[in-house]
Amino acid sequence: MSDVTAWHTLFGNLSAHSLPLVRAWQHPSVSEVIAAGAGLIAVIAAAALVALVTALGKWRYLWKEWLTSLDPKRIAIMYVIIAFVMLSRALIEGVLMRAQQAAAIRTTGFLSPDHFAQLFSTHGSIMVFFMAMPFIAGLINYVVPLQIGARDVAFPLLNSVSLYLTGGAAGLMMVSLVVGEFSTGGWSGYPPYTELAFSPGVGPDYWIWAVTLGSIASTLSGLNFLVTILKMRAPGMHLMRMPLFCWTSLCTAILMIFAMPPLTVATALLALDRYLGYHFFTNDLGGNMMNYANLFWLFGHPEVYILILPAFGVYSEVVSTFSSKELYGYTSLTLATAAIAVLSFTVWVHHFFTMGQSSDINGAFGIATMAIGVPTGVKIYDWIWTMFEGEVRFTVPMLYSLAFMVTFVLGGFSGIILAIPPLDFQVHNTVFLVAHFHDMLIPGVLYGLLAGYHYWFPKAFGFRLNERWGRVAFGCWVAGFYLAFMPLYVLGLSGMVRRTQEIFDPAFRPWLLIAFCGALLLLCALSCLVIQLWVSIRNRAQTRVFAGDPWDGRGLEWSLSAPPPDYAYAVTPQVASRDPFYDAKRRHAAYVRPTRYEDIDLPRDSAIGLIIGATAALAGFGLVWHIGWLVIAGVVGVVAAVIARSFARNIHRTVPAAEVERTEDRWLRAVAEALPVSRALETTGANQGLAKVTS
Amino acid sequence: MSADERRHVGINLGAADPMAHRDAERAAFGFWVFLMSDAVIFALLFATYGSMLSATAGGPTPAGSFKIGSAFAETLVLLSSSFTFGMASISMKYADRAERPAPLLAWLAATLILGLSFIGMELHDFVGLFREGAYPSRSGFLSAFFALVPLHGLHVLAGSLWLIVMMAQVAVFGCDARVKIDILRLGLFWHFLDIVWIAIFSVVYLQGLIR
Repeated sequence: MSDVTAWHTLFGNLSAHSLPLVRAWQHPSVSEVIAAGAGLIAVIAAAALVALVTALGKWRYLWKEWLTSLDPKRIAIMYVIIAFVMLSRALIEGVLMRAQQAAAIRTTGFLSPDHFAQLFSTHGSIMVFFMAMPFIAGLINYVVPLQIGARDVAFPLLNSVSLYLTGGAAGLMMVSLVVGEFSTGGWSGYPPYTELAFSPGVGPDYWIWAVTLGSIASTLSGLNFLVTILKMRAPGMHLMRMPLFCWTSLCTAILMIFAMPPLTVATALLALDRYLGYHFFTNDLGGNMMNYANLFWLFGHPEVYILILPAFGVYSEVVSTFSSKELYGYTSLTLATAAIAVLSFTVWVHHFFTMGQSSDINGAFGIATMAIGVPTGVKIYDWIWTMFEGEVRFTVPMLYSLAFMVTFVLGGFSGIILAIPPLDFQVHNTVFLVAHFHDMLIPGVLYGLLAGYHYWFPKAFGFRLNERWGRVAFGCWVAGFYLAFMPLYVLGLSGMVRRTQEIFDPAFRPWLLIAFCGALLLLCALSCLVIQLWVSIRNRAQTRVFAGDPWDGRGLEWSLSAPPPDYAYAVTPQVASRDPFYDAKRRHAAYVRPTRYEDIDLPRDSAIGLIIGATAALAGFGLVWHIGWLVIAGVVGVVAAVIARSFARNIHRTVPAAEVERTEDRWLRAVAEALPVSRALETTGANQGLAKVTS
Repeated sequence: MSADERRHVGINLGAADPMAHRDAERAAFGFWVFLMSDAVIFALLFATYGSMLSATAGGPTPAGSFKIGSAFAETLVLLSSSFTFGMASISMKYADRAERPAPLLAWLAATLILGLSFIGMELHDFVGLFREGAYPSRSGFLSAFFALVPLHGLHVLAGSLWLIVMMAQVAVFGCDARVKIDILRLGLFWHFLDIVWIAIFSVVYLQGLIR
């Protein structure tokens, strides 16, 4: 065997040239240096993390308490950490793109076209699949079981598998920064451009396998959430008594189950084209790329609602809590949510009005698209009426909710323009579209996730987030958004094509400079969140809310200590109304010590999820670089782990009644000692997590 | 709802603890949901196949390539395997926790043999197609065929592996609640594959006769 074939057997298509660092060394340019620097930062950050954990001697703790945990509350927190890490990367990429466009007016700027294309591809892929999706999975995992009075999700191990498949996929995205390159085909990866004929490199392969792992993880998450909500509600928690966040999670779960498979099919068929020479989407031998457009957007549009519905749920909780009022129009909100979920499957063609179907088809899909605005409008009115005559407090989550309502409606208006096919033809593929979907997704997803993060953070960690830094961050997010994206509406109407690395019209310069300033402000917003977390952790002694109810909450999740014990509920709650805990407090039926405690069965920790995620990601890496043995080892590893787990019988552990009693008594003592605070003092140090009940 | 009402009719967990009944309900429902998600994948591949039926690019056509006789034989084998699995389910239903019922193992083994025969026959068909120049990289039509039909075959292969695992578990654990629940789910999977195959036989092979 010659050296070349030996190398290829062991390392596939990998070579020294695959490393951006080597490329930057050989052909130094600003663009290459930035690419190499990004890879270097990723490696250094990972190494620093390993060094830190080793220095603190926390590996055992990390392994036992976190990595192998099947507690949905811990899994949730790990999801949100993934989301924040990926948000940081993708946001920086967004700033780089804005900087490039502001700098590249009638000149080449500092990024090569190829590098710029990788940036918009990773930015979009990460924001959708590895920022929004994990954040949502995290929020649902934390909140939904607690809100329905359950101790766990329906399939705890599957939950961990989903987490690590998502983590493995996000890992592949990060590896693409260090080894090789990423796709230049955008987040939607349209063939034939992403076919072997036009993209012979490994970029699209990274995209395919990262997205495929992510989509499988989301399908499994959706299945888990659906069964949890339908089968594990506490006695008396009828569907129409569920908190609205549970309703939106339910609809999102259904969308995940039925809308993620089209994505899996689209990426799998593209992979068959690239790896085995199939002709699904090629230009020759009967391939038809329109099949891809249909498959992708059959996923892609419901995906928008997978992302937005949970945020709608968060807003419903936040607006009601911080107005101290029952949610207005509960039934209409559930119906609107369900209507949006159904309609989301009927509008996908509006993503490609210009791609050649008849005007009748375009007309039908345009009407369906506008119809979906109706239930969304219903929701906006419901939130406004909830605030009406309520005791509204402008806390950080409430500020995000208000900013959302204004900004999202604005995005909806531009959506109506895009839903009309003849108008869509005018602005198709311009930055008008970029402005529109950021105008939907930043308020409709990011603000919602951040509102939820601020709202439930005290529940998860036992102390409140710093209010002042939260406000500064909020100001930056909102001002940054308007500065960064309103100019794009103007530019789009003036005909500026999206995804351009070089701009030829000098008249665009002022708008691009404003947009760049906005992007910088968004970066400040993220930095403020980091500072806020740091300050909050440092001052946590003054903001502890162990009693568990800092906001005079309404749902069952607030009836537990903060943070809740791993078994969550010592005794299964009985539900008799829509706002069970809020009502219990008014009837003085909250914080009642049960007469006796019982042993509680919980799932035992397991490393199987971690093993499956890691081996699947290795198989993905092997596929990207055509390393046969690694692919086989990865796939065998996954199958072997599943089979081995099926033989495990000792999968439960018991929390003895005595331990439950100790934990609960400690908490009930703290509740008895805490001073109830009025709503006027809820953001001050006086708030120990016990609400003063007024009416 | 009382524990009795929640009991799953198909597996008769008998005197097993109430947790097992509750787990059975979730497990069965969750698996149905998984099958529906999988059905979406097959539905999309059927749609893709339909849209690429005419994309033969001057190569082999459906009428020229498919052997209806052998597809019919495969259908009979797979349908018989659904029957043998049904018998396995019945012999499992009344087995006690510690029991290792010989009929159950025998019916599962029969299902396995039929499943593997189906895969063998299908592979034989594929080899024949390749010999006649009908391979996936030849045309869009053949690409669609070689995505849809082998994916079903892969499912049968996964089901066969699962059958082996369940036979081993019956030998190791007897018919405890988890084994019963898992065999119930494997049964759902196996019958689901039958339904998909009937669709393949109708849409791919029978339709092929008239193209």
